[in-house]
Amino acid sequence: MHTRICACVCAALFVAAFGGWSQGFAKETAGSEIEDLKKQMTLMEEQLKQLRKKVEELEAKPSATKGPEPDQGKSEDTTEQRLRELERQVQQQRAASRGILAPFNPKISLNGLFTAAAFSDKNNLNLGDHDPRVNGFNVQNVELHLQGTVDPYFQMDANLVTFIEKGETKVELEEAYGTSLALPANLQLVAGQYFTRFGRHNRQHPHQWDFADQPVILGRLFGPDGLRGPGAQLSWLAPTPFYLELIASAQQAQGGIATSFLSQAGQTVRGYTLLDRPVQKPGDLLYMPRVVTSLDVTDEVTAALGGSTLFGPNASGPNNTTIIYGTDLYVKWKPVNHSQGFPFVAWQTEYLHRDYQAGPDTINAIPASRLKDYGLYSQLTYGFVYRWVAGFRVDYADSAGGAAAVPFLTTLAQRDLVGERWRLSPNITFYPSEFSKFRLQYNLDVAASRGREAIHGVFLQAEFNIGEHGAHSF
Amino acid sequence: MRDKPLTATLAAIALSLLWAFPSQAKLNVVASTPDLGSIAREVGGDRIEVTSLAKGTEDPHFVDAKPSFIRILNQADVLIEGGADLEVGWLPPLVLNARNPQIQLGLPGRIVAAEVIKLLEVPTGPIDRSLGDVHPFGNPHFTLDPVNGRLIARLLAERFCAIAPVDCQVFKTNLKQFEDTIDARLAVWQKQMAPLRGTKVVSYHKSYSYLAERFGLRVVNTIEPKPGIPPSASHVRDLVAQMKAEGVALILMEPNRERKTPAFLAQETGAKVVVVPSMVGGSKEAGDYLTLFDSIVKTVLEAADQRRP
Repeated sequence: MHTRICACVCAALFVAAFGGWSQGFAKETAGSEIEDLKKQMTLMEEQLKQLRKKVEELEAKPSATKGPEPDQGKSEDTTEQRLRELERQVQQQRAASRGILAPFNPKISLNGLFTAAAFSDKNNLNLGDHDPRVNGFNVQNVELHLQGTVDPYFQMDANLVTFIEKGETKVELEEAYGTSLALPANLQLVAGQYFTRFGRHNRQHPHQWDFADQPVILGRLFGPDGLRGPGAQLSWLAPTPFYLELIASAQQAQGGIATSFLSQAGQTVRGYTLLDRPVQKPGDLLYMPRVVTSLDVTDEVTAALGGSTLFGPNASGPNNTTIIYGTDLYVKWKPVNHSQGFPFVAWQTEYLHRDYQAGPDTINAIPASRLKDYGLYSQLTYGFVYRWVAGFRVDYADSAGGAAAVPFLTTLAQRDLVGERWRLSPNITFYPSEFSKFRLQYNLDVAASRGREAIHGVFLQAEFNIGEHGAHSF
Repeated sequence: MRDKPLTATLAAIALSLLWAFPSQAKLNVVASTPDLGSIAREVGGDRIEVTSLAKGTEDPHFVDAKPSFIRILNQADVLIEGGADLEVGWLPPLVLNARNPQIQLGLPGRIVAAEVIKLLEVPTGPIDRSLGDVHPFGNPHFTLDPVNGRLIARLLAERFCAIAPVDCQVFKTNLKQFEDTIDARLAVWQKQMAPLRGTKVVSYHKSYSYLAERFGLRVVNTIEPKPGIPPSASHVRDLVAQMKAEGVALILMEPNRERKTPAFLAQETGAKVVVVPSMVGGSKEAGDYLTLFDSIVKTVLEAADQRRP
């Protein structure tokens, strides 16, 4: 078995090394092509200068004869035509040189998301690391996105994020993964660190959110930073007349980004202390099957429906497991005579349910329990006129089980993750261009953990985006 | 008797194979816009099946990347795109998720029309987004010059021949026919439009630069102060002054734009608003690439006639 693994690793290394060499060769070839192009451009610009000079001389020269020569008009036309032709060619070369140089560098964009926030209670209920969390100014997310084609077989994406938490600047590797371009049989492989493609919201980056903060149920089940981790994902596009995709993913279940699973030793989940439970066997990984389909109801209405399941180990016991189910629906109307994407109406809803096998907790002597957490969010966005979008979101979450662990919920933050909570969030967003936005949002937040006393929040969010023009997925 | 089940099974397999590959003989061509789709139909004739992703009434920069398009692209033998950043906001993730090795960049199955076009308005100086959503490679609305349509047809014929050599003669014959028709019709369109040569016009977006260049119209300004940026009050005020001073006769706009600003400009300056289809399918009459220009010429001439005292 070991020999076979060694052989595979050696083969993989060889392939990688060979790939590197051939890329180097490609670079050299490309380099000489660019040099040739530059020379060609210089030559053409020189020709252009000379021709311009000639025309100027001709124009300045007084006519020797009384009337124009029979062919003079024609020859001037020809010169002018040649001149224009050359001008165009030079322009083309300039554009082409941009096009040739650019693909060898990754496409780069930088996005900054900042918010001024005011809460009626300084201990507000926002859960996410990228939510507005404190009164005053918040740096929600500054994200550097890099994308490029690796070779004829892969594309690579990376998202490096920096944000400020309690006055400290933090940098995190949010995502870095390769995607296959040319696997046979309608397959696609993703490998690296990536957001789990569970539902719709989990894989979206904060600047793609339609609201200033993440949905409550996602914060409860996937933690403050969303569910992501190193792993591999294989997806298959079914050969059906309509869009149907099956996705299977296996990821590391550890770290603060796998809250409902192995997470981090010493952390707690609803009062149960987590053990140090490293990955030792394939069963210790986090697995996700997902199916997603879509239908164009009319030319103007498209619906996408998905169902996902997550199962993996949790560290509240040596053999404990967690299962999360989710279903998501997205329906969008956009007329066929839209202008710059407006108007539109989009409705997005997700329901999630977690079944967490907890304990027994030997530290606090809490008996084993089945913890249930569930909830949904449903949001409607209406792009009513170019650049303006109004939105309304309803959040609801609740939990059951684990009564014996309630006395061990010692902090407010722990208690906020349990029990009934609902939230209403109207907002309005103004997009000066595709590359910036301003959003005003109000939150009415009611939680059992706060005696059902409403907590109000108002956010004014600003986003700025520079660099490559990103494409939008549906 | 023993052979009967075997024969039936073989027949069933043969039938299912026939069912599974009904379009094997025809090239499955996907075009990003209906203009490109229509030119492909002219060249490919009955040897190809064409699907256009964007609708003729849509803004081609802002098409939704619908999942159904992934399925369509997965089945494509050929993808024709405009290029020059026309589809940059929606096509790349579709191609990535289509898992179709045939339509990757640089392969015969991926045709970028801009490669054979002399693009207008290629920025020559430094550019950044303070200039709006500027296209660094030049203006991508080049199908509105029939001569460019002719060049694209030539490119398509060449590529179709490389992919389906067995039908090459048909593609060549269709191309010749299309070129002859375009030449003949262009002469007529140019004759019809001749009285408007030199006419000053304002357009909403830079969608009609190629059309204007071909037919001698002079686009003196746009209602958008910069690409993708809506008109401000001060820009509209300056535009009114400019249009009056220069005697702008027509305001060209796409069918999907807001009508308030062009109507205001028309009222203030006496210019006539002309809603011009910018792609095949942009009006009822513009059913294909040739009738698109019939429709444009007719609409523009009617508007010019109405404006005359």
